[in-house]
Amino acid sequence: MKYVLPGAILFLAAAVAAAMISGSAGIPLRRVFPIIASGTVSPEYSILIDIRLPRIILGFAVGGSLSVAGVILQGMFRNPLVEPYTLGMPGGAALGAALCIILKLQYVFPAIVLPASGFIGSCLAIMPLYFVSMRQSLVRMQGILLTGVMTSFISTSLVVLILAIAKTEEVHSIVFWIMGSLEEPSWTLIIIISVIAVLGLFLSYFLAPVLNALSLGEEEAIHLGINTERTKKQLFVLASLLTGVSVSLTGIIGFVGLIVPHFVRILTGYDHRKLIVISFLTGSGFLIFCDTIARTAFAPVELPVGVITGILGGSIFIYILGRRHLSGPAGGA
Amino acid sequence: MPEVIEIKGLTCGYGEKLVLRDIDLSVKKGQFFGIIGPNGSGKTTMLKAITRLVRIIRGEIFLDGADMKRLSANDIARSLAVVSQTTPSLPITVREFVLLGRIPYYRKLQFFETGNDNLIVERAMELTGIVHLKDALMSEMSAGEVQLAFIARGLAQEPKVLLLDEPTSHLDIAHQVGVLDLVRRLNRNEGLTVVIILHDLNLASEYCDTIALIGDGRITKCGPPAEVLNYQTIEEVYKTVVIVRENPLSGKPFVLIVPEEVKEKCRKGS
Repeated sequence: MKYVLPGAILFLAAAVAAAMISGSAGIPLRRVFPIIASGTVSPEYSILIDIRLPRIILGFAVGGSLSVAGVILQGMFRNPLVEPYTLGMPGGAALGAALCIILKLQYVFPAIVLPASGFIGSCLAIMPLYFVSMRQSLVRMQGILLTGVMTSFISTSLVVLILAIAKTEEVHSIVFWIMGSLEEPSWTLIIIISVIAVLGLFLSYFLAPVLNALSLGEEEAIHLGINTERTKKQLFVLASLLTGVSVSLTGIIGFVGLIVPHFVRILTGYDHRKLIVISFLTGSGFLIFCDTIARTAFAPVELPVGVITGILGGSIFIYILGRRHLSGPAGGA
Repeated sequence: MPEVIEIKGLTCGYGEKLVLRDIDLSVKKGQFFGIIGPNGSGKTTMLKAITRLVRIIRGEIFLDGADMKRLSANDIARSLAVVSQTTPSLPITVREFVLLGRIPYYRKLQFFETGNDNLIVERAMELTGIVHLKDALMSEMSAGEVQLAFIARGLAQEPKVLLLDEPTSHLDIAHQVGVLDLVRRLNRNEGLTVVIILHDLNLASEYCDTIALIGDGRITKCGPPAEVLNYQTIEEVYKTVVIVRENPLSGKPFVLIVPEEVKEKCRKGS
């Protein structure tokens, strides 16, 4: 158990190192530090600092945010299938971005409008869910989940509707946005999302003891003196913010928020104090790693990183689950 | 003796449907208080009203003299511990589970348990006899052990009152007696007031000082077992034929059921 934290840090470091040295420029690891330290504007320096580093930082922030959001949602809904994406947020984000593209709003403030509309879309998509879950005092969780799945369906259908009536080049940019990528030209936005991600990590850590109680069920949490109404609101807002910000910058990157918390829970047990931190680190590492594969596997063609997280994460996950079932019962989520 | 729980004119239910009507009840300090009644009579609803899981329509509940409406969830959890029927399916160890009972005492921004919390948890596990199970997973324990862990978590809350909702319902007779003996010991030695919902009339008779019989949302009778458990009252509330005898060892009433075939045989015989 005590090797889990160093292990997660090591994994993240390895993913960062691999991302730094992989690519067509062929910069070996031992030369990375001298190049960065020299500070001179050589082609290799600008490849490392201007092309690879932003993706690594964005991968760190988005991977971590999505994983922590997954931990929070799985904990409060007590359902291992919940993740930001099953609750319909990316559907809303995609709808927001698609609308923005066909209305040609992205030419107004190119760097800001597309992420902003994605963020607004994902926030609007979660509204019905929020009100349903807050109105019922002792929540029927299934109802909430179904609400999320339905919102997701509705927004996805609307996106398809938009695709059907859009012009070819618009279809291309919508699909491109939906596929998800860690390519982001604006350093300002990268820094903003990194700050939000780290802040979110701290805030969710404050709520970890409460999540522990809540994962026994809402009634049990009340028995243990938790003000569940207030807590649910806080957790909900936190998870939505983390997801909304991530989706708005990178488009749809599925599976991270689902698989990482699952996998980490096998290692750490139920305790959210460990679960949150380890999930953040593992999620960051996982996304950086997947992104490295996405941009090098079929270079110079870049694959959508969501494809890699899906294929890689999904198959690793099925493998682990299968082994766990063979080796006897162990508590699920 | 001061009242630890006092219920005045309680009416509550789910939505439009009223489950309890005008309940008056008081539990005194140090009592072993049993609540019995047929299925659907409102026993669990009353417990949920006390723990604020059910909205109170009319009436008041006082906990240790204070109106519960004015108490925070945390305050309540420090004087009222609940042993419910749910088994957690989480990969959580017994020790971690019992430690959750310390949450009401965590200060703001406290993430980890203090040495004092650990001592209290150790003692709770000793009192309930589950120290040897502390690293076992809750999901892999037997029903009896799960109940003990729940009681230990309740003790870790250092409450004045322990509320138990049918703690013996899935247990064999040895474990039933084991759990109730333990609760009785805690009641006697630790001065814990106990409010317990029981299905089994004979267990209620043997262990409780006072029994409240709930029938159709009202308290039909409340008093010592010998007063409440007579055949007229039971037959009236449960709508079934019973025979009540006296337990030769304890002198408490003992309720025997009468199956239909036996009833008919008796009728023919007479």
